[in-house]
Amino acid sequence: MASQSLDITRRSATTTQPPNIRGDVPQVAKLIDISKCIGCKACQAACMEWNDYRDKVGTCNGTYNNPPDLDADQWTVMRFTEYEPEAGKLEWLIRKDGCMHCADPGCLKACPAPGAIVQYGNGIVDFHEEHCIGCGYCITGCPFNIPRLSKKDGKAYKCTLCSDRVAVGLEPACIKACPTGALVFGTKDDMTHHAEGRITDLKSRGYAQAALYDPPGVGGTHVMYVLPHGDKPEIYEGLPKDPHISAWVSVWKGVTKPILGLGLGVIALGGFIHYVTKGPNEADDEDAKEDEHEGR
Amino acid sequence: MKAADRISRYSAQERANHWVVALLFVLAGASGLALFHPAFFFLSNFFGGGTWDRILHPFLGVLMFLSFLGLMVRFWSHNHYTPADREWLRRFRDVLNNREEGLDTGKYNAGQKTLFWVMVTTTILLLISGIIIWQPWFAPYFPIGLLRVAVVVHSLSAWVLIAGIFVHVYAAIWVKGTVRAMTRGDVSRAWAKKHHPAWYREISK
Ligand code: HEM
Ligand code: SF4
Repeated sequence: MASQSLDITRRSATTTQPPNIRGDVPQVAKLIDISKCIGCKACQAACMEWNDYRDKVGTCNGTYNNPPDLDADQWTVMRFTEYEPEAGKLEWLIRKDGCMHCADPGCLKACPAPGAIVQYGNGIVDFHEEHCIGCGYCITGCPFNIPRLSKKDGKAYKCTLCSDRVAVGLEPACIKACPTGALVFGTKDDMTHHAEGRITDLKSRGYAQAALYDPPGVGGTHVMYVLPHGDKPEIYEGLPKDPHISAWVSVWKGVTKPILGLGLGVIALGGFIHYVTKGPNEADDEDAKEDEHEGR
Repeated sequence: MKAADRISRYSAQERANHWVVALLFVLAGASGLALFHPAFFFLSNFFGGGTWDRILHPFLGVLMFLSFLGLMVRFWSHNHYTPADREWLRRFRDVLNNREEGLDTGKYNAGQKTLFWVMVTTTILLLISGIIIWQPWFAPYFPIGLLRVAVVVHSLSAWVLIAGIFVHVYAAIWVKGTVRAMTRGDVSRAWAKKHHPAWYREISK
């Protein structure tokens, strides 16, 4: 759910400039330090509480993933992986999954409903459910498999990065709840700087490949991870190594459509020009007269 | 011209079927275009807004497909290519310049036959791809990668179909005496002799 704003960088299915008089607004980011996460799910509970949704009670699927997946009523989930970097050594990887708030959001690009998805000046990508028509195109656009259509109202939902809290100077609910400091929030520059310190520390403690996950394929993200195994993002429950908007989506939503739209205009105009230059094809005078008579 | 002089071309059932398809095509096409590009989103207003547009479009599409099945069955056998069609295609420029003398065209010319097969192909592609991307009934059962391909197939085949129908409509306006074939069911002898001589010979036997 989105709040009204004067700082809108992009608006779905809109070909003119959305409100943006202030121009440069500081970019925000959430940093998720996987090395500090203990999997307590306080962030999950805080998200439910602040955003006031309750997923149905599900069943245990044999892992700690509970609920097992994102849903219209579950905007963040902790994904647990048992990982053996070498035989006999076990690492328990825990990744908080949810919207990455891409700088180049595939969901927004795919959306056909004007204003159903906006990107604020601060970088947050937000769904305006009252403009959502329920087509599910955002699901095809997202490289991270995040948006979910609700079975209750047919609208798409996902993490808002607590745009309503951030708009009034508060940090997102999950950040406030995290007991270990695995979640931090601030400007993107500050978060990138903070991550550098964490990565230096991890490297000094044997994680030579520790790295920041801020994938350039989607223009960078406003939710970033510190990954102890930065060279293998896939091991964190399939975090994509090089996410980008699918080529199919780019073809579908790129220059193709304006060209095709124009093509229909050209064909219609072509018919008209043909008629006035070559004239109608008449079988005989009788026919022509008759057609005139019939008003065709 | 007296009615007796006219040749029957389409039965009442064929005409009714055609106009049902045409109406559903306009409705399915307009509600689909609304989702195709923001420039066409205003069309959703004719269907009760974006959400209604999204809900109604697939049903209109399926109805169009089912009614088009009727036309497909009725006209299928008349649309196989013949050697005369090759000649027609070679002299396409002449045709465009209203010089079709010497062409021995049957019930349909090569252009009409090509459009027929374009319609058959695109409506089938629209049906398959449309079902795959149909929320919330079917889309959740398909992988996201397939949805991405299907939506491109759907919008491209819709475009080809719409462009084809533009040509189809224009041809009917351009060749005088044609519209009546589909509104009243008959054509003049002169029309048949000039545009479809082989068909004319066949039916006057
Ligand atoms: C044959 C059965 C058809 C089915 C099941 C179907 C289904 C769909 C569905 C599910 C969508 C996605 C948006 C939505 O949720 O409504 C869609 C989009 C669309 N449909 Fe269809 N449709 C059919 C036929 C047609 C026909 C006959 C046309 C045009 C003549 C058409 C043109 C379009 C267009 C232009 C779009 C937008 C595609 C885009 O966003 O790029 N469809 N259709
Ligand atoms: S992660 Fe998916 S839903 Fe979130 S901004 Fe990127 S494309 Fe949109």
